[in-house]
Amino acid sequence: MTRTIHVTLDINGEMHSLDVEPRVTLLDALRDHLELTGTKKGCDQGQCGACTCHVDGQRVLSCLTLAAQVEGRQVTTIEGIADDDGTLHAVQRAFLEHDAFQCGYCTPGQIMSAVACIREGHAGSDAEIREYMSGNLCRCGAYNSIVAAVREAAELTAGVRQKAEAA
Amino acid sequence: MRDFSYTRASSTEDARKAALEAGAMILAGGTTLLDLAKCGVAEPDQLIDISHIRGLDGIAVDDRAATIGALAKMSAVADHPEILSAFPAVSQSLSLAASQQLRNMATIGGNLLQRTRCPYFRDPSTFPACNKREPGSGCSAIGGVTRNHAVLGTSEYCIATYPGDLAVALVAFDAEVNLGTRTVSVEDFFLAPGDTPEKETVIAPGEMIMGISIPVSPAARHSTYLKVRDRQSYEFAAASAAVGLEFETDGKTVRGVRVALGGVATRPWRARAVEQALVGKVLTEEAIASAAALAMEGAVAHGANRYKIELAPRVIARALQTVGGLA
Repeated sequence: MTRTIHVTLDINGEMHSLDVEPRVTLLDALRDHLELTGTKKGCDQGQCGACTCHVDGQRVLSCLTLAAQVEGRQVTTIEGIADDDGTLHAVQRAFLEHDAFQCGYCTPGQIMSAVACIREGHAGSDAEIREYMSGNLCRCGAYNSIVAAVREAAELTAGVRQKAEAA
Repeated sequence: MRDFSYTRASSTEDARKAALEAGAMILAGGTTLLDLAKCGVAEPDQLIDISHIRGLDGIAVDDRAATIGALAKMSAVADHPEILSAFPAVSQSLSLAASQQLRNMATIGGNLLQRTRCPYFRDPSTFPACNKREPGSGCSAIGGVTRNHAVLGTSEYCIATYPGDLAVALVAFDAEVNLGTRTVSVEDFFLAPGDTPEKETVIAPGEMIMGISIPVSPAARHSTYLKVRDRQSYEFAAASAAVGLEFETDGKTVRGVRVALGGVATRPWRARAVEQALVGKVLTEEAIASAAALAMEGAVAHGANRYKIELAPRVIARALQTVGGLA
């Protein structure tokens, strides 16, 4: 007999109630139960980073997180980072500008990882970006453009912050 | 992944009691347990989620020791300013491990309990024989592809490498692990495989890792963690060394030295012979090289992992040169 549990999840600021088997991961809950398919399933084993989401603002792998574990936490997915009016996040814009993808499958995970990487203060140099983005694999090998996009978004974010502080 | 029931523990007492039930396992960050459940290696009937228990993720450093709660995340410990200054090797061992996503999930308690990356252990359907998984079933690694297997602390039953980095630094600096009812040194916490490779630690039913403590010492403050691997980032160690150094007042004679090895042994490996050979000596490249060679006494190669016997002393030497100001 399949046992299900009732969970209430805060995804991108909206509350969702669902009945799932305890083994259902956050990744499967998003994709199969909530139709939020922007978060990608790559390896489903914690090795590729395609499923990267934010939980309470920290980047994590949704394939190794149970949906039940994130009750009471704030989950942000790729669907939740643009402004309400559709204005893209600075990192999304930088990825477009630098053509930082080829097939695009790893891109949502790359972007979610990059947003957090910049916020953590780990995007200070190309070497640091490479190190702190190493959990996101790109099988097309778009790494140089990804580093360029993250660097530009980081510089832009720092510039905006400096302006805000000066004002 | 086989289905299981899920219970959220509200306290550590709660969790320890619930975990006594047959088929129950404690879930914290999930980075090892859910991975192994997907591989078919872990088959829990019940998961006891401790990640919502409050007050178990503290990080505090005073003039005697660092005290770190079991639920502190790897990333939080790695970036903690006082861990960085008083225990650089500990911080580095964490930030050089896994990826930032995994470090944001994985807890310190769970990190100690991570299981080997031996591909035979991790693939039960292709390789039914694994003494660690199924006692008495044999070892598929011996005679197989062994590039990443251990050369130290092995037995005829198991040659699986302990994969972690943090525990290597902890063993170097005499850290202790608090199991709730008792405290044991991290070095004694881990067991060599012997003829019971399924038993990896001394943790007993009803016990749970509550936290670790690392004594403050001059060697820990003057330390480094060097990790050598097949790719530059997001990879397990081919060989790693946590070293710490304290000089006499002359600034060149070794008063105290700590050396521990990762990636080459079945458990986090303290290299006491190397330490003893250096104490009282003036730190030179020659003294380091002859001392480092002693780390491999008793090493046994199994085919493709022979390179580790040459690599590990070089990693120790480079780490000691770095921390000793010779590199």
